[in-house]
Amino acid sequence: MQSPEHKPIIVVENATVRFGSNTVLENVSFQVNKGEILVIVGESGCGKTTLLKIMIGLQKTTAGRVLFRESNIMNAGQMELNNYRQNIGVLFQSSALFSSMTLKENIALPLQEYTNLDSATIDLIVRMKLGMVNLAGYENHSPAELSGGMKKRAGIARAMALDPIVLFFDELSAGLDPITAVELDDLIIKTNEALGTTMVVVSHELQSICKIADRVIMLDKATKGIIAEGTPADLKEKATDPRVRSFFLRQAPEHNSQDRSYVR
Amino acid sequence: MMDLKQDWQKPYQISTKTQESKLIIYLTGEFGLKNLASFAGEITSLFSQQKIRAMDIDFSGITYLDSAAALSIIQVQKAATAENIDCSLINLNDETKGIFSVIYEKALTRSPLKEKETREGLVTQIGGASLNILHDVVTFITFAGELLSALSYTVLHPQSLRTRDVLFYMKRAGVDGLPIVGLISMLIGLILAFMSYLQLRSVGANIYVPSLVSFAMVKELGPIMTAILVAGRSGSAFAAEIGTMVVNEEVDALTSMGFDPVRFLAVPKVLAAVIVVPLLTLYADLFGIIGGLIVGITGLDLTAHTYIIQSVKTIQVFDVVTSLIKAAVFAVIIAGIGCQKGFQVRSGAQDVGKYTTSAVVAAIFLIVVADSIFAIMFYYMR
Repeated sequence: MQSPEHKPIIVVENATVRFGSNTVLENVSFQVNKGEILVIVGESGCGKTTLLKIMIGLQKTTAGRVLFRESNIMNAGQMELNNYRQNIGVLFQSSALFSSMTLKENIALPLQEYTNLDSATIDLIVRMKLGMVNLAGYENHSPAELSGGMKKRAGIARAMALDPIVLFFDELSAGLDPITAVELDDLIIKTNEALGTTMVVVSHELQSICKIADRVIMLDKATKGIIAEGTPADLKEKATDPRVRSFFLRQAPEHNSQDRSYVR
Repeated sequence: MMDLKQDWQKPYQISTKTQESKLIIYLTGEFGLKNLASFAGEITSLFSQQKIRAMDIDFSGITYLDSAAALSIIQVQKAATAENIDCSLINLNDETKGIFSVIYEKALTRSPLKEKETREGLVTQIGGASLNILHDVVTFITFAGELLSALSYTVLHPQSLRTRDVLFYMKRAGVDGLPIVGLISMLIGLILAFMSYLQLRSVGANIYVPSLVSFAMVKELGPIMTAILVAGRSGSAFAAEIGTMVVNEEVDALTSMGFDPVRFLAVPKVLAAVIVVPLLTLYADLFGIIGGLIVGITGLDLTAHTYIIQSVKTIQVFDVVTSLIKAAVFAVIIAGIGCQKGFQVRSGAQDVGKYTTSAVVAAIFLIVVADSIFAIMFYYMR
């Protein structure tokens, strides 16, 4: 694995997100270092996806800043935001491939929009990207003809179309079988090593987290903030917080077992 | 190593050195997607004019390289080989090696697993379209049967009816449509009164304007206009709603739980429409007559009293009843077609759009067909 250079590429400072009276994130601060794979974990409903959305610029924070290369994307105009988005790639939970287009058209879309390359070159780049995610030959298939794992890989190819600096993955292995999930993890690691792309992954697959993560941050539903930060091994062995321990040791939190049951 | 800021305005540098019959190309600066178009051509022009045997591309000065740029250098290498020049890449660091390691030759040259879809010939297209129409008729009749059986089940088991859904769709299709139906009908009445006044004044028959407006509104325009508006507002909404449920596998979920999707989704909508459309039609008739009344009072020197007396005299109970029957039939057509088209959606956002459009078009077409049948039927019934 590439040595993380501890050079922050994205810095989230005191981010707070509220929807009405409902607080989703409270005073969250952390940074993403260049070249690392950062995994955001936490139980369902703890604000992982919201955190991802503010980093992509799809969601404004109620308070706090999100810095990309020292400029705050929270108060960026539409133009700056679009510039920022050419530097990132996002794989959504459902892959979000455009169903009316073939894979080639899906991947070529950002290239056609943001470069002035001729169609032969774009074609070649699309083939290369499909080769990178092990989907060579599938350019004329439509998303509906692909399995779940293939859709994810095609989604990664589209996210990588512009050679982004940071790739975001929402629920990378959700809904996939273990073998496909492992293949996807390998693809992520390989891409990270070969291209040096920084990656931010939202996940709650323990095995996958331990395999791919350089660093993990854990969000908590109750405090709406970060309760742990470190390498997976650190969190697994040294963490004292019961919430972190229960997550990494795969035990249900205690209040569940203490609940009175009707049948003893 | 690689800088965080890529400044694409900063020119990259390509310099050369010739050693005997060997050309060495030094690349300095940033090479990526943004300047791909220019540097690839530059490098190619460097060797294509010269008589050389071998060529080295030196990577030691590169500060940024992305996969697209690496790919284009591979293409340069291929072009050189084609001209019998032995081209090698030298002084690559670990990072650049990594980028080259994920570009697979097979992926670049492999032929697609599936051919591009070609456009069919005219004859095939016409044949396909005819088959589609046939298929549409079959699915329509099948759905009509399913709907009928679901409706009769509901009549026999009234407790199975989802009353809350019926009320919800009554509000959506009926109450929410009141403003637009009222406005359009009033304008239609207004136009109708004005146009007939322009014709009738030459024979001094102004007094028949109210009769004409109320007769036309109650017998034809009221039901038709209401039906078209409801088809546009609610027929499309029903199709889009059920279509999206199909895409999200919600309809499959219903079926797998042992529910009949038609009874669960279509029956409340059809019942709501059957209750609401006749009421909307009456309301449209009323507003049409009010529209005529405005012209009557302001332009025709008729008193409101005379106008209303004239209007009421023209309309018979038979006309009102038949117009309500028509409206109820239109309602079944609109809601039925809307739901049927929704169920025809298979996958994707485009399918939802396609069938929503087709729900409105088919509903309006069938409304007009049904209306002509009614016109002949009622003529002989009198």
